[in-house]
Amino acid sequence: MIRLWCISCTLDRPRTAMLFRLLVLILATSTTACSGDQSVLNPQGPAARSLFNLIWFFIGLCGVVYLLVIAAMCWAIMRRRHETDDHPRTERRLKFAVVSATALTAMILVGLTMASVIAGRGLISPTGPGAITVDVIGHQWWWEFQYRDVTPSDWVTSPNELHIPVGVPVVIVAQSRDVIHSFWVPNLQGKRDLIPGQITRTWIQADEPGVYRGQCAEFCGYQHAHMAFVVVAEPMSQFLRWIQRQRLPSTDPATEEERRGRDVFLASSCILCHTIRGTPAGSHVGPELTHVASRMNIAAGTLPNTRGHLAGWVVNAQSMKPGTRMPPSTLRPDDLQDLLVYVRSLR
Amino acid sequence: MTRITAALIAFAFVSACGPGRYAREARAMTGGDPVRGRTAVSTYGCDTCHTIPGIATANATVGPPLMQIARRTYLAGRLVNTPQNMTRWIRTPREVDPQTAMPDTGVSVNDARDIAAYLYTLR
Repeated sequence: MIRLWCISCTLDRPRTAMLFRLLVLILATSTTACSGDQSVLNPQGPAARSLFNLIWFFIGLCGVVYLLVIAAMCWAIMRRRHETDDHPRTERRLKFAVVSATALTAMILVGLTMASVIAGRGLISPTGPGAITVDVIGHQWWWEFQYRDVTPSDWVTSPNELHIPVGVPVVIVAQSRDVIHSFWVPNLQGKRDLIPGQITRTWIQADEPGVYRGQCAEFCGYQHAHMAFVVVAEPMSQFLRWIQRQRLPSTDPATEEERRGRDVFLASSCILCHTIRGTPAGSHVGPELTHVASRMNIAAGTLPNTRGHLAGWVVNAQSMKPGTRMPPSTLRPDDLQDLLVYVRSLR
Repeated sequence: MTRITAALIAFAFVSACGPGRYAREARAMTGGDPVRGRTAVSTYGCDTCHTIPGIATANATVGPPLMQIARRTYLAGRLVNTPQNMTRWIRTPREVDPQTAMPDTGVSVNDARDIAAYLYTLR
């Protein structure tokens, strides 16, 4: 697609180049619309499905009305005048047609409103038994998902990765630490704002195992576009295994490199913002890192979680995500290498 | 309309034969594919540390910028700039220079060839 775009730059006639670019854009939009990732047109849960049906009901009905109106207008334009047009009988027929069309319009509008209200009611509270609750906290610019337990030491915090069991409604209790954010997983549910000083609720449910991308849907500052997360829907047994694992503190360094890496972490500025349970690092300014290596992405869905990306992110996060709260660090090269080994061992 | 047709034909031609002389030469030098290399750069995270021409995400300042790297005499101040040394440096930088901050990112032999091929198009 990019190559096609570049070709358009080589065309010397501006109008042709413009037309060509338009064609590329249309192609690009049509191909992205088909891919199911982060799309309202690929519903994977009951709430998203009811929204999806509502959208198509609106489009279908309004489409039919639109075609009828255009057809009636064309007929009126083409039709010749007749001598009987001023006849009282024609007047009566005309009046009947206008009144019935108005009545039909009113009925359709009421029908659409009702359909919308019914679909909206379905989004408010979860259906089905055994809902679990996850607390969502929005930060500039990352997500914190907390699985709270009766025993506070069993609480699990999972930054930017929301694991849910398949087929079970998950109640989302949302709040914000700074500005207004909005929790949106298009494949599973509509948007819900996170408002500072308030607690808002929504719920999601995934019918099939899969990874669904979510995104902040309310402009929240410089890096709003890089405030994403993933929802990992997995069978209940797998989900329970995941949560058991996340409850554990970090494992002790197994090698000399890992041990040195941990010392670097504890002696540098990392400790001022991050928590690694099982070590003295316990700050809650940035995301918890106890099991960071088990996650798919870093930097709120901005980068894949590989050693290379992690290195650049640790040293200078600003070049990848300008404005992010994580400051650049000037670690010595060997300290950086050890730190990477340690952080990659936090599974 | 003829322009569009011409452009489409040109596109088909370009995608069959590679983007040009530099790419052909880079392929011959490394045995890798610069098009695949361009994607691999983002897969392994080269772009989080380096500024690399032609890659939108690669505008970082952690390591040195890689513009015109095909014309560079030395790599990392340690190696003569040859295709073999380039792939070696990409795969095992710490073996070449134990003091380096560049991490071993687990690049496979083929991916290293592809990345090197892309870098040799940067003249």
